[in-house]
Amino acid sequence: MDKDTVLTVKDVVKEFGTNRVLDGISFEVKRGEVVVIIGPSGTGKSTLLRCINQLTPPNEGRVWLGDREITDKNTNINQIRQDIGFVFQHFALFNHLTALDNVEVGLYKVKKMSREDARKKAIAELERVGLKDHMEKFPAELSGGQQQRVGIARALAMDPQIMLFDEPTSALDPELTGEVLNVMKDLAKAGMTMVVVSHEIGFARSVGHRMIFMEDGHIVEEGDPEMILRSAKKERTREFLHKITELYGG
Amino acid sequence: MELLDYFITIAPVLGKGLVFTLLFTFVGMIVGFFMAVPLCLINLYTHGFWKKVVTGYVELIRGTPLLVQLYIIYYGFPKFLLPLGITVTPYFAAFLGFILNSAAYQIEYMKGGFKAISYEQIEASQSLGMSRWETVITILLPQGLRFSIPALSNELIYLLKYTSLGFVIQAPELMTQAKELASTHARYMETYLIVAFIYVFFTFLLSKISDMVDEKLRIPGFAPEKIR
Repeated sequence: MDKDTVLTVKDVVKEFGTNRVLDGISFEVKRGEVVVIIGPSGTGKSTLLRCINQLTPPNEGRVWLGDREITDKNTNINQIRQDIGFVFQHFALFNHLTALDNVEVGLYKVKKMSREDARKKAIAELERVGLKDHMEKFPAELSGGQQQRVGIARALAMDPQIMLFDEPTSALDPELTGEVLNVMKDLAKAGMTMVVVSHEIGFARSVGHRMIFMEDGHIVEEGDPEMILRSAKKERTREFLHKITELYGG
Repeated sequence: MELLDYFITIAPVLGKGLVFTLLFTFVGMIVGFFMAVPLCLINLYTHGFWKKVVTGYVELIRGTPLLVQLYIIYYGFPKFLLPLGITVTPYFAAFLGFILNSAAYQIEYMKGGFKAISYEQIEASQSLGMSRWETVITILLPQGLRFSIPALSNELIYLLKYTSLGFVIQAPELMTQAKELASTHARYMETYLIVAFIYVFFTFLLSKISDMVDEKLRIPGFAPEKIR
């Protein structure tokens, strides 16, 4: 296996009852690569991300983080999840904790850092997403964009090898979307390996190294974002891209 | 002033009864609470045998009157416990009855509290690498129990009044004493009015205290606002 491969997904199948949501998905993500997954609703994009860190264990197929197999029964899943940052569509902040505590809690509970070191690191992460001034606020006291940035800081604080973003801006208005995308752009520039499920074509074009178009549990087409956006090989990809470009702008 | 004299006469005995009423209430509530927390978590977040056991327990207790439960414990249990050398005293029966009863209701009340926590938060804690146990301790308990406070305060107040059923098994609580005093002195109206006043006083006090606790522990942004 290539040393530069951070994530390997091989023949992943997920069924909910008789509904085959993922029908044999395979792809790889290299270190520092930003992969953007697009596709219509209900095609299994979110399920795919969740199959990677086993929030939804796949029925078939295997997933590796580096050379550690995540899907192996003997793998300590809690150990490996520390290395996979996950950002949720609806932020999923812990409502009873301040922004600072949200970022800190994984550090001292899971990574067993001292409270003092955890605090220092958490403050640094919040500063990185531009929220140091709001660190004492509770989630309900923050805007959607701020909440999502706390969510990103919380995942980043664990020093993950890869960050998974599950439609991180789809619950936000355009202005708040901008502030979250900026944080993600900085992250990408800093060399973070990222898999992003999103309809943000602009982000895919400027930051993405590769674009995957998914439909009905299959990868229809993948390649350089610019190439796909301009001249997708498959008719279905063009049709879909045309629709979202109209909605979100190129 | 005659009423006052009467009150002074019966106060020591009523006081003794009140001590037991409060003892039954708080022991029932507190021990019931520590039983209810794990049982509620099993009921909500696991599948399988133990979940069914908890559901069965709750339905059994909720499906029968407390009066019947006390009778079974006090008059029924000795048949099995006496051969083992255990005597079922009124205290034993009362404590056990109130604890088991309150635990079942508290499980149901807490379920409401825990269900208010979005499942995404559980997934978020898992995605950070938290174990189940860490998720329970750091994410579920602090929120679920907070959301349960208003319902639990209801249970506390109910329990305080339900301990008055202790008189049917001669547990020496407030009502048992009052019944005795009322018939000894043949002054039913006054005695029961005084008792009623004592119950009102303590329920009011407890509800004020739980409101304060609720306010103090409230998560910012989760306070109900007036509808304008």
